[in-house]
Formats: sequence, C-alpha cells, structure tokens
Amino acid sequence: MIDEKQLHWLVRPSTIRKLWIGSSVVLALTVLAQTVIYIKGYFGFDAWFGFGAIYGFVSCLAMVLIAKFLGLFLKRPQDYYDKPPEDETLAPSQNKVKESSNGV
Amino acid sequence: MEFELFSPAFILLIAAVLICLVKGHARTAVILIAPIITLWAIWQIPDGVQDTIKFLSYNIEPVEGSPLRRLFATIFAIMVFVGGLYSFRIARWYELAAAFAYAAGAIGVCFAGDLITMFLYWELMAIFSTIVVWCGGTPGARAAGIRYAIMHLLGGVVLKVGIEGVVVGTGSIQIQPMLATDFSTWMILIGILINAAAPPVSAWLADAYPESTPTGSVFLSAFTTKTAVLALILLFPGEPVLIGIGLFMVMYGIIFALLENDVRRILAYSVVNQVGFMVVAVGIGTEMALNGATAHAFAHIIYKALLFMSAGVVIYRTGKNKCMELGGLFRTMPLTCVCGIIGALAISSFPLTSGFTTKSMISQAAVDGNLMWVYMALTAASAGVFLHAGIKFPWFVFFQKDSGLRPKDAPWNMGLAMIIFAGLCILLGVFPELLYTLLPYPVDYEPYSIGKVLFYLQLLLFSGLAFFVLLPLMKRTMTISLDTDWLWRRAAVAVVRVVERVLISSGEALAKKRDRLQKFLQRLAVRYLGQPHTSDSKERGVFARSWPVGTTALWIAGLLSAYVLLYYL
Repeated sequence: MIDEKQLHWLVRPSTIRKLWIGSSVVLALTVLAQTVIYIKGYFGFDAWFGFGAIYGFVSCLAMVLIAKFLGLFLKRPQDYYDKPPEDETLAPSQNKVKESSNGV
Repeated sequence: MEFELFSPAFILLIAAVLICLVKGHARTAVILIAPIITLWAIWQIPDGVQDTIKFLSYNIEPVEGSPLRRLFATIFAIMVFVGGLYSFRIARWYELAAAFAYAAGAIGVCFAGDLITMFLYWELMAIFSTIVVWCGGTPGARAAGIRYAIMHLLGGVVLKVGIEGVVVGTGSIQIQPMLATDFSTWMILIGILINAAAPPVSAWLADAYPESTPTGSVFLSAFTTKTAVLALILLFPGEPVLIGIGLFMVMYGIIFALLENDVRRILAYSVVNQVGFMVVAVGIGTEMALNGATAHAFAHIIYKALLFMSAGVVIYRTGKNKCMELGGLFRTMPLTCVCGIIGALAISSFPLTSGFTTKSMISQAAVDGNLMWVYMALTAASAGVFLHAGIKFPWFVFFQKDSGLRPKDAPWNMGLAMIIFAGLCILLGVFPELLYTLLPYPVDYEPYSIGKVLFYLQLLLFSGLAFFVLLPLMKRTMTISLDTDWLWRRAAVAVVRVVERVLISSGEALAKKRDRLQKFLQRLAVRYLGQPHTSDSKERGVFARSWPVGTTALWIAGLLSAYVLLYYL
C-alpha cells in the first residue's frame, strides 16, 4: 500500500472519491434545475425533462460503441505502413490487435 | 502612392524572404512585427474591388474587400503573430519562412477578387504548406509530405479544370455565389472540398499534420481548411449537398479521434470534425448560418491552435506523442495543462467559451431552417466533441495514470502565446458582441439564455459522465486506424505490384520465345549459309557449297531445252 501522503493531492484515492461525489451532485443538480428553469424546446421533445442529459449520454455511448466496433476492422499495429506489404494479401488481413492493459 | 493592387499578402511574403536573409534579433523582429503590419494593412482595405488589371483578356482583381474577407484575413494575421511568438525560439528559419509564405497564400485567397488570383494563392498555400510538413525532418514526414503534396496539387488541378470550365461557360472570372449544377461547378466544389478535408479524402489531414514539427502543426491547423471554408462561403452558400458532407465529416472526426492514440492525430481528426460544422452551416446558407460559419471559423482557429500549442509543448518537452506514453503531466506543466483545458472546453462549446457563442449560431440556423435531423445530429456531435477532444485530450495527456515523466513547463514565449489564445477563447465567450459586430451580416442573436445554458450543461456534463463510465472501453492501444488513405498507401501499391509482376512474367515469357526464335533462325542460317569464317567446305551451308561443273552444265542444258520448248509452243 502506497502512503497517501506521497501522492499528489489530486490523485489521492480520497480526493478522487470526493471528486466523484461532487460531480454526481453537480450532474443531479443540472437535471433537477429543470424543475425551476424552463428549457425552450425547438421541436417539442427536446424540452422534455432531462432530455439533454439522456441525449448526451446515449449519443456518446452510441459513438463509443460504433468506434469500438469499427476498431475491430480498422485498427492496425502502428508500424503497419512502415513495413513493406510483402506478405499482405490485397484485402487487409485480420491481425488482431492486442489491447494493452496499462492504458488506464 | 498606388496601393490598390497591393495585397496584404505581399507583406508576409516579403517577411518570409527577410526571415531567410537576416539573423538573430532582426529575424525575431521580422517575425513579430510583420503580422502586425499585415493586420493594419488588412483594415486599410475598403469594401469592394480596389482596381483591375487587364491580363490576357481577363479583368484580374487582386484585391477585393468585404467584412467577410477582412474577418478571415484578420484571424489569419493574428494566427501568424501568435504562432510566430510560439515558435520563433525553437523553429528553424526555413520552417518559419515557409509558414509565413503559407499564411501569405491564405491571406491572398481572402482578398482575391477573381478566380485566377484565388487559384494562384491557393497553389502558393499548397507548396509552402508541403514544405512546413517536410520540416518535420523524419522519413515519415518526408513520405507524408509527398502524399500531402500530391493530394493538394491534384486538388489544384481539379479546381483549375472547374475554373476553366466556368470561364469558358460564362466568360466571367468573378467570384460569385454559384450552385453545383454542371461539370465545371462540381469540379470547383470538389477542388475546394479536397482542401476542406471532406470525404473521401479526409485522411490527408490526419496523415500529414501530425508528422510536422510541434511548431509546424500549429500553423498547419489554421490555414488550409479555413480558406476552404471561406471559399465555400463565397462560392457555394446554400449548396444543399454540403449539409450531408458536413455531417459526415462531423461524425467521421469523432469516430476516428476516439480510436486514435497519437495526441496530435486526435486533434487533427477534430479539425475535420469542426470544419464539418462549418460546412454544414455553409450548406444551410442563411445569413444566420453564414454568420455562424464565419464566427465558428474565427473561434476555431484560436482554440485549435491553442490545443496544438499545448500538445506541441508536451511533445517538445517529452519527445513523446502517444497517449499511452503520456499521462500525469499536470504536476509539472500546470500552465500547459490549464491552457489545454481551456482550449478543450472551447472546442466543446462550453458556456463562457468562444465555442459556445459561435457554434450555437450554427445550431440556431438549423432550427430556423426547420432542419430537425440536422439540429439533432449537430447536438449529438457537440456531445461527441466533448467526448473525443474536450475530455479525452486533457485526460490522457495531463491526468490518466502517472507516466513518471516530470518535464518542465512551457518556455516563456510558448506560454505567452498560449495565454493570449486562452484569453481570447474566454474573451469571445464572455463578450461575444466583440466578434458579432464584425460578422458579414447583422446579428440578431442572443447566445446566452438560461434555458439554453442549462440544456448544454446537461448535454456536456452527461457526455463527461459517459466518458468516465466508458473508460474501460477506451483503453488506448498502440495502433493506427485504417482510413481511405489505405487505398493509395496499400491497395494502389499492391495493384502496381501486381501489374509489375504480370509485366515481368510476360516479359520473361516473351524473352524465352525470342530466344527460341533466334536459335531457330540461326540454325536455319547455319544450315543454308554456313558457319561464318569457315573455309572447310564440309561445314559450309547448302547455298555456299561449291558444286561440280558437270552438275551445273546439266542444269543449264535442262533450262535451255525448256526455253526452246516454251518458245515453240
């Protein structure tokens, strides 16, 4: 166990926990604020309660999943273009790229 | 003095030459003062065509002023100044000279009153931006520069074909609004769209820009795509096909940026994404939309350059440019981190930043045009921008894990340049009227209403939540993503190789056939004519043998009797 004091204050687990709690409160407030603040919808449905929040979350989810799916076909090792294409067939082969675990 | 024909672009061209000639403090002075003189000159140009020259049978109009043209030229000049401040201590002189000439091309396009002048400056940009890419100095930069040059020279040829067609068809070289209705107008549109990094050739941007130096990419991010936006506003306002193309660019930029590992390539993809917003606006084509495209281009140049500057400092200090190798840099690079976050918030159009006050005009134009799907797509894209650039860039570079790197913060000049642009991002976000009064059409738009701010806060903050919830899905990998450039970097090479192989094997087959034919002919020759230089009669060919006199006499007798016989018949 690493001593908390040795870490930068911003990356201490206790701070991160506080950040999560704080941001959750802010997120809840932005939605709850709609009970007192009127959002003028342009097309009707975009004035629904919490529409912005749900739309933002869902569209991001969709984009990440689409990117993930396309990544299955499009990702190549980063020296892909540096190597001569001797052994390659015309169609891109399915060299499965291993995900590294030290990302986050 | 006759200054009607003197485009402000010449000032930067002269400065580019001076940068090559002088050294030390004099060069620094040129780098910092020339953009300010250019800015002054830009604001001396009144509206309308200044003067015409007769060239061949065309009326060339080298300088034409209008609020729209001045505004684009203004931001280009500001960009040269701050970019020069950012780079003058570490960039090599030839890179700075090329960047100045490149910017001169962009400013020349701003004031070009006719298609021929526009084309000349357009090519000037292509040439000198290629040199800026080459200044990256690596083998990768050299190859990417060649691909970049081919793409842009090809785009220039397409544009030129279109211009010729329009000149032949209408007899006019005026820059005036048109629609893509026939072959030549389509060619002009395609030529411009190639520079705007539109599909299917968007790949050139993310291929070339990240190969340049940390300073070079700051200049590159500003000019080429934004002059293309200006040309679209001038030539194709309200062209409906642009809405579809723009929306594709918006989504393409997000998806590819999400897959990317290279820091500057993330930013390059988000250039395509942001230019997509402007292209959509030009496609909508109302006064509000064109105002929005102009304002967004202005704000975009500032925050995009700021992001590239922030990434540039990181690469300059650490020598690393992959998300996987970076992280935790906020400890020792607080200024770069804060400026990067401000740029990231601005690109995500957070309230109180320049992105909010400009991009929301485009959404408003979609609402006014009753284009519900366009509006919804743009709104989803705003959320996506926050996801791929707004959080992803600062998170992976400055936070994430501790990479153990403890680089120094930015040198004073780079820090100052970033502070200027970060300040402008916030200034235009808090006082949008400063920019609105300069726009080409009168602005009747209030960006801040409490309901709209709340809507965008919901949208953006929950996108942020999505980012952190989905983090496990976004682990960076040491990969690149295939794009349409695979077609010319791999498929075309493979096709050439197949053709080469076919040619080689058919060549070999032909050679074999030729050998056999040669041998056959030689055998015939030897048989009938004999080996050369042999005196031995036995080796002589059939025709070369000496025959006995008796045989010859017999043949002659035979011939003569045949002759006599024929004579009497």
